[in-house]
Amino acid sequence: MMLIPCPFCGNRSESEFAYGGPVKPDRPDSHVTDDEGWVAFLTTVPNPVGPVHEHWWHVKGCGAWLTIWRDTRTHDIVEGPPDAG
Amino acid sequence: MQVRRLPTGGRIDRSQSLAFRFNGKEYQGFSGDTLASALLANNVRLTARSFKYHRPRGIVGSGPEEPATLVELEGRRASANQAATTVRLEEGMAARSVNCWPSPGLDMGAVNQLFAGLIPAGFYYKTFKWPGWHLYEPAIRKAAGLAGAPVAPPLDGHFEAVHAHADVLIVGAGPAGLMAALVAGRTGCRVFLADERTEAGGSLLDRRLEIAGKPALEWVAESVAELKSMPNVTHLLQDASVWAYREHNLLMVNERSPANSNVLERNWRIRAGQVILATGAIERGLVFPDNDRPGVMLASAAQAYVNRFAVKPGERAVVFANNDSAYAVAADLHASGIDIAAIVDSRDAVPEDARDLAGEIPIKSGSVVIGIRGKRAVKGATVAERDGRGAEKVDCDLLLHSGGWNPTAHLFSQSRGSLRYDDTLATFVPDKAAQACVSVGGAVGEFSPASALRTGAEAAASATGSEMPDLPAVTEGHYSIAPLWRVDARGAKGKAFLDIQNDVTVDDVHLALREGYDNVEHVKRYTTGGMGFDQGKTGNINIIGTIALQKGVPIQDVGTTTFRPPYTPVSFGAIGGIREESVVLPYRHTPITRWNLDRGAFMYEAGARWRRPGYFPRDDETFQEAVNRECRAVREDVGVYDGSPLGKFELKGGDVGRFLDHIYTNLMSTLKPGQCRYGLMLTEDGLILDDGVAMRLGKHRWMVSTSTAHADTVHGHMEELLQTQFPEWNVYVTPVTSQWNNATVCGPKAREVMAALGSDIDLSHKGLPFMSFADGQVAGLPARVVRVSFTGELSFEINVAPRHMRDLWERTMEAGEPFGIEPVGSEASHVLRVEKGFLSLGHEVDGTVDAHDLGMSWIMSKKKRDFVGKRSVELRRRGNEIRRELVGLLPANPNEQIPEGAPLTPGGERRPTEGLVTACVWSVVLDRWVALALLENGKSRHGETVHVRLKNATIAADVMEPVFHDPDGLRMRS
Ligand SMILES: [Zn+2]
Repeated sequence: MMLIPCPFCGNRSESEFAYGGPVKPDRPDSHVTDDEGWVAFLTTVPNPVGPVHEHWWHVKGCGAWLTIWRDTRTHDIVEGPPDAG
Repeated sequence: MQVRRLPTGGRIDRSQSLAFRFNGKEYQGFSGDTLASALLANNVRLTARSFKYHRPRGIVGSGPEEPATLVELEGRRASANQAATTVRLEEGMAARSVNCWPSPGLDMGAVNQLFAGLIPAGFYYKTFKWPGWHLYEPAIRKAAGLAGAPVAPPLDGHFEAVHAHADVLIVGAGPAGLMAALVAGRTGCRVFLADERTEAGGSLLDRRLEIAGKPALEWVAESVAELKSMPNVTHLLQDASVWAYREHNLLMVNERSPANSNVLERNWRIRAGQVILATGAIERGLVFPDNDRPGVMLASAAQAYVNRFAVKPGERAVVFANNDSAYAVAADLHASGIDIAAIVDSRDAVPEDARDLAGEIPIKSGSVVIGIRGKRAVKGATVAERDGRGAEKVDCDLLLHSGGWNPTAHLFSQSRGSLRYDDTLATFVPDKAAQACVSVGGAVGEFSPASALRTGAEAAASATGSEMPDLPAVTEGHYSIAPLWRVDARGAKGKAFLDIQNDVTVDDVHLALREGYDNVEHVKRYTTGGMGFDQGKTGNINIIGTIALQKGVPIQDVGTTTFRPPYTPVSFGAIGGIREESVVLPYRHTPITRWNLDRGAFMYEAGARWRRPGYFPRDDETFQEAVNRECRAVREDVGVYDGSPLGKFELKGGDVGRFLDHIYTNLMSTLKPGQCRYGLMLTEDGLILDDGVAMRLGKHRWMVSTSTAHADTVHGHMEELLQTQFPEWNVYVTPVTSQWNNATVCGPKAREVMAALGSDIDLSHKGLPFMSFADGQVAGLPARVVRVSFTGELSFEINVAPRHMRDLWERTMEAGEPFGIEPVGSEASHVLRVEKGFLSLGHEVDGTVDAHDLGMSWIMSKKKRDFVGKRSVELRRRGNEIRRELVGLLPANPNEQIPEGAPLTPGGERRPTEGLVTACVWSVVLDRWVALALLENGKSRHGETVHVRLKNATIAADVMEPVFHDPDGLRMRS
């Protein structure tokens, strides 16, 4: 069980959070993107070996949706790559 | 008679005699005994049968490493497959051996031994494969004969789970762990110390050592006393296994005998700043023919039995070793009156220190044991030079062996720390840590007590930033080893076991390698070596050595298998703690639960753990009679139901309108204050998420109600969108499900009941039309009245604060009495909505249908440029695939009920389905069974006859519009 840093509450146990999935690209304008682009938005989920940027919801705490970088090999919470948001 | 009990010594209380039963026979032991030590004291040698071959087995170890003697505990502490060496003896305890029936002496399964040559590794997988392994598995598992799980929960206590935090968590209270605890504790930080034995001391309990010029156990007692005097040392747990090392320094500790006698076991989840692993080391055996016979024991175990339990495990012993540690064992046993026939050392040169310890005991260097005499008990050993020359027979009833020591690196490895092979120690030792932990003492290959004290103190000093203390003086023992992975001598015949618990021999590993399973993980799974309850604590390294030897590669290259929790078996009860269903997910109640129960309601769960009345049976009414009566009241007179469990959210802010337009399929932002609108929410992939009602309270204030079951999902959906996609939008969501309760009065006479209740709101058709609401007073209570209808009848949803709910309810029942009002449960509500063809999530909405399929194309706004799910629905519909569409069904026989979920097939034949029945109820308006169904191209098939396919029958039914009552909705709008 991980210890997840909430920007409002500090390090809290994973059991207080709901997993929100990996951070996906911004929702495309549904009138501009083509079918492939829309399907890719819906179905392509980042699943790297190594650091992944993902959402967690502090649902049993302050209610904040937050993002962390988690190394999928170790569960270590790490710094994101310098060029990432 | 405890014939093998030494007259003095041991950590046992001879004033407390304990009676126990083993395989039906009565014995006596002492307080402080384990079941294993008590059995040995009573000279019970044959204690088990092996898993596969049913070979006779005895006690091999003295702790959690025990591979042979598993027992099933009976009676009040019933528990399966416990190692006899870790079972603390209690008065009246009853235990029996596993793997044998009726007893280890007369075991019917022993016939397997005759066929032993026919059951090599992988035998079961190869033989029982047609038509499928699962056909044979139950019988094979039964034959394997491990004890089954207890069938009932323990009667006299409960399990408990506790969360804790520690600055420094120390695992193991041997010399290294105690020293670390003293150093850390003296700094005032929060120290947590957990130890798997029943008292502190670790290996010092088993040996005869001096610390600071006194018996080592005096130093232990002083250390424990000092720790107990420190208020910051929060816990000093004994008989407590640290069984899992999880991510981010979370460790699981199972306390098996908590001080509180009501607590059977307590499971700690400890988050630690620093972890010090002082877990010691486990002796491994040597691999020689018949090394599993009762009376073949680990040398360290014999030392523990003599010193800690004052038990002689035999009268005349041969000690077989490849390292120095067995010499101290021989010396201790000799001093206790056990005759040591010889020390057989596989090394050519024995260090001087070791020779000194042996004294007059004959040493046979460069020699090995190549055979054992005696099947049910050791009678003698055959000793020869390493290549098998000069074999001679030695009489003995005890064969002690030591293949060297392995650091107990299980937790370190679970924490993802890496191990490296150390050539000098001939074992794997912790290398690089992956989390904030450090191994000390035996756990890092520092096997002497002096280095245990030193490394323990160093780790604690470094963890707490404190000074190194002066260390007490200990006689420095020397340890050296020359690995011997197996006895490979001429004349060495018979099964040589690597894993005694799972009956894995050297030949099995060779077979696995020949058949191409040459990765250590594959060998493990093919042979099952290391997969028993002991997790191969004594045998795994020998398996790795055997693989390396056979493949001719360095041991480092073979590597270890993955260490996984639990380190020792943990009962499911301990893992669950006090959690059971009612605690994990308590039921939710509305303020009138008591009233419902008094009224005789049949209560059950209805979505999101709400306890709701299903129906209110009167006298000796049947279920159907009660439901029909409630339905008729609503259709003909008036009914009232408690709609409180519906999810409710208040949304505030300038952007609520555009936000609701985004999450609902239809337009919400155009609502005027005082109006409400039914809406549908989709997920981004176009499936229906929920349906509900949005109300506009004011310019920037809205209320959204959701279905009961999906309230939490919708809440998460809204928060996710607002916080991740539209953080700049001004919308605040407050869940208010529990802040609003309601009594919904429905039926043709609803308005008359409302008049009787009295209200300052104009409740006329004009004053409060359908899909509008108003705030005011009802029956003298502040209320909000909403004109929505989930029954198809004229409805007034009277919303009040929870503190007024019971009053409102009772006043409504009173005011409605002259009109024949009935309380309505969820069964009747279901019938009423089916009669109207209103959708229900989980019935008509199953994750494949969209609004068009349900005949609700009108709710998919064409005015809005975009909303969640719009593009996906369009994309899916463009394929022009055949859709399953909502229809009504009238069974040809009006008295025939169709099971919900039943498939529709063309002509009722055995063909792929063309739909399914989603609901079927007795309609009080039509006086017959009616159903809703999803049917391929259903909208264009009204008037057709379709067939429900049951296992042995078909039911014909006519297709119609999915509405059986008031198709134009005049009644609810009235
Ligand atoms: Zn938080």
